[in-house]
Amino acid sequence: MDLKLRVWRQKNRDAEGRLVEYDAKDIDPEMSFLEMLDVINERLVAAGDDPIAFDHDCREGICGACSATINGIPHGPQRATTVCQLHMRHFKDGDVLTIEPFRAKAFPVVRDLVVDRSAFDRIIEAGGFVSVRTGSAPEANTLPVPKQDADWAMDAASCIGCGACVAACKNASAMLFVAAKAGHLNTLPQGKPEKDRRVLSMVAAMDEAGFGNCTNQYECSAVCPKSISEDFIAQLNRDYLKASLKKCLMG
Amino acid sequence: MKLDSKIPSGPLAEKWTRYRSEIKLVNPANKRKYEIIVVGSGLAGAAAAASMGEMGYNVKCFCYQDSPRRAHSIAAQGGINAAKNYQNDGDSIHRLFYDTIKGGDFRAREANVHRLAEVSAEIIDQCAAQGVPFAREYGGHLANRSFGGAQVSRTFYARGQTGQQLLLGAYSALCRQIAAGTVKMYPRTEMLDLVLVDGHAKGIVVRDMVTGEISCHAADAVALGTGGYANVYDLSTNARGCNVTAAYRAYKRGALFANPCYTQIHPTCIPVSGDYQSKLTLMSESLRNDGRVWVPKKKGDTRKPHEIPEDERDYYLERKYPSYGNLAPRDISSRSAKEVCDEGRGVGPGGQGVYLDFSDSIERLGLAVIQERYGNLFEMYERITGEDAYKVPMRIYPALHYTMGGLWVDYNLMSNIPGLHVIGEANFSDHGANRLGASALMQGLADGYFVLPYTIGAYLADVRGKRPSVDQKEFQDVKKEVEEQTNRLVSIQGDRTVQSFHKELGKLMWDKAGMARNKKGLEEAIAKIPEIREEFWKNVRVPGSGEELNQELEKAGRLADFLEFGELLCRDALDRQESCGGHFREEHQTEDGEALRDDENYSYVSCWEHRGDNEKPALHKEPLVYEEVKMATRSYK
Ligand SMILES: Cc1cc2nc3c(=O)[nH]c(=O)nc-3n(C[C@H](O)[C@H](O)[C@H](O)COP(=O)(O)OP(=O)(O)OC[C@H]3O[C@@H](n4cnc5c(N)ncnc54)[C@H](O)[C@@H]3O)c2cc1C
Ligand code: FES
Repeated sequence: MDLKLRVWRQKNRDAEGRLVEYDAKDIDPEMSFLEMLDVINERLVAAGDDPIAFDHDCREGICGACSATINGIPHGPQRATTVCQLHMRHFKDGDVLTIEPFRAKAFPVVRDLVVDRSAFDRIIEAGGFVSVRTGSAPEANTLPVPKQDADWAMDAASCIGCGACVAACKNASAMLFVAAKAGHLNTLPQGKPEKDRRVLSMVAAMDEAGFGNCTNQYECSAVCPKSISEDFIAQLNRDYLKASLKKCLMG
Repeated sequence: MKLDSKIPSGPLAEKWTRYRSEIKLVNPANKRKYEIIVVGSGLAGAAAAASMGEMGYNVKCFCYQDSPRRAHSIAAQGGINAAKNYQNDGDSIHRLFYDTIKGGDFRAREANVHRLAEVSAEIIDQCAAQGVPFAREYGGHLANRSFGGAQVSRTFYARGQTGQQLLLGAYSALCRQIAAGTVKMYPRTEMLDLVLVDGHAKGIVVRDMVTGEISCHAADAVALGTGGYANVYDLSTNARGCNVTAAYRAYKRGALFANPCYTQIHPTCIPVSGDYQSKLTLMSESLRNDGRVWVPKKKGDTRKPHEIPEDERDYYLERKYPSYGNLAPRDISSRSAKEVCDEGRGVGPGGQGVYLDFSDSIERLGLAVIQERYGNLFEMYERITGEDAYKVPMRIYPALHYTMGGLWVDYNLMSNIPGLHVIGEANFSDHGANRLGASALMQGLADGYFVLPYTIGAYLADVRGKRPSVDQKEFQDVKKEVEEQTNRLVSIQGDRTVQSFHKELGKLMWDKAGMARNKKGLEEAIAKIPEIREEFWKNVRVPGSGEELNQELEKAGRLADFLEFGELLCRDALDRQESCGGHFREEHQTEDGEALRDDENYSYVSCWEHRGDNEKPALHKEPLVYEEVKMATRSYK
């Protein structure tokens, strides 16, 4: 099939970017979206142009590297699917696709579709861990975890840290990401001792990184390739309130 | 060259405990004066960097992804082994040790494997304490599943995302140290060479993948946890960025490369769908429990599967291996698939696929049972192929999956270059000629959390002299070489893309050094690879410059190393005139097509030494001396 692409091209962080049109001819519907971009890039290179830079690695929906907004939807039109797992059979001959980087103030564009998501790492550094030294852990089965808690924690922990939630949010809030990360640890007994501190510092790090406020529209959950539930946001709000109150009361 | 594996003395089961308590310690107050470079943030690298940071060392950690959390370990699905014996099914350290040695077809070092089995239980404790959400039973205790090559149930898992959860655990520990200031993280930074000072590994040269700046980092010791080299075959189940560059550069600086021909092929992957294919996706092998493998009896049969009557189908595994049938071991079923496809009976685009048919099981057990057992796998299959495997048979084909070979290391995980340590898939140490399922995650975390942080002390406590400065000649010389290579790559401006060369190399490797190898094919490959290499250096086109984010340049640099490394792999495969584990030499098989090992002549680790560009490498042999285990034949009868 033949498609028309309008792709965001931006040489570097400081350069001006713009949408550039490309003809994508003879695209095989069996290709993945990134394979389609590979093919376009091979053609660009052969023609002496710069290929389109995009992040990717595992190409099986788990590393969270791939990131592109297609016709306004982060990761494109197929629900619960990263752009590396999206296949061209979901488009049709003649379609026009606008392909842009994940947009957010806290995710500056590095080049073309590549953005800087290191703000996510800084949020984890602020408290997204359990403080346990290597070699000091107790025998694993001495701390049983109810199955439903383990399952709930696992639901949250499936987050791949891609940033689609941020790109989908009109305020560019990172609430779903933070809620998933905090929710995973706060649910487990291992994470309980540091719960209050974790919630307060992760939220502070989120604010500091320049993410916006959550206004409970849940566009984030809708585009999340792992279908992380907005219920984790409610859990985070509760945990945050509790932690703040405790902090006030205890000074 | 003297190869000292530094295996401690004493009975096998006591070596590690004894040795660990005897390793020289670095005075706590002095630790912070030591700087350690860890390249890689996968399970091995992240665990090592976090643990050594915690101990008080100054650590610098590097990875090529935009975040350490995205290392390829994230993609592991199935699980991680540990000798916990939670199921009370008779598991023990000794059993895990023996299974691993046997699974490796008696080509691994006993002492290392025993240590791995010993620390396996601690890994689970550590990960559970970090909050890794392992699967649990209703009573709240950890759940297990069984995996190939074992008669006990010892595999721990977190849904189908075990690697992801273990890596996120290690990454969280790493982040904690980054915040504490003991680890400095360098994401999007690629190591392009190793620097030796007075014969010791004292630093690396890296390229900032955003600005293109090439810089030097000095340290007291270097550890590589840079993963495997399956992408020398172009198409594999590995992430696109996986590469051999760090390990290969170390090899070119004098580190020995051990057993490069030991590669593992996984029988159940989604086949190539076209020329544009960029990677192959693994499907859990458990599917073979209920699926029947077949191809049409007739060559070039283009009918739809349901149009082919029963008597015109060849259920070749059931036919050839009546007792194992569709559950024939990985290597045998992979090779059989290749055979029928080579005969022109393969199915799907390009004829590189076989059917895995669930219709009998659906009829026998009902759709609901199959859905419950494999629902998520069928969904993944549909996402990629657009086909509903409940209605039409799946198509599968073997793919390159894991590499057992790697840089040679001694018991301390140190290579023959003093100061250079190698951990995880990047070393050769624990899996012999074949790795058992769920054992790579175990090894990566064992090396990173529980071995290297102790054994590196043995080197550091002995290092004399100051850490060199990056202004020193040794650093500046290597930096210059790296800059020259980068400039050379962007200045060729030929007619062919990097990927076209990678594809050419990959196809050659797959055809001649893939599932089945023979003398003639390997010699052809050894003759052909230098030609591809020459053409690459004359005719590749890398657009742009070195001073910007340039993904074509990154790919070109990695491919340049694969183009040399592929030849080394073939040379090793040619030298090893026996079949063992993942290495199958057609000349060495039984009448039934099973691997024929030659313990008398080949029970050694092949260690290759670089002798200069376009020179034949030298082979050194580390004999495998077994104190505890008797080498036996793997049998599937
Ligand atoms: C699809 C799949 C499923 C698997 N499932 C299982 C399973 O169920 N159980 C199991 O035990 N094993 C499994 N494995 C194998 C296992 O995942 C790997 O062997 C293991 O994770 C490797 O870990 P590592 O830390 O050695 O390397 P990796 O995780 O590959 O990490 C390598 C690191 O090195 C960095 N790096 C590489 N080169 C450079 C360079 N030049 N400069 C800077 N940084 C560099 C990368 O950025 C990365 O951080 C699976 C593998 C695959 C492909
Ligand atoms: S490339 Fe890894 S999730 Fe898409």
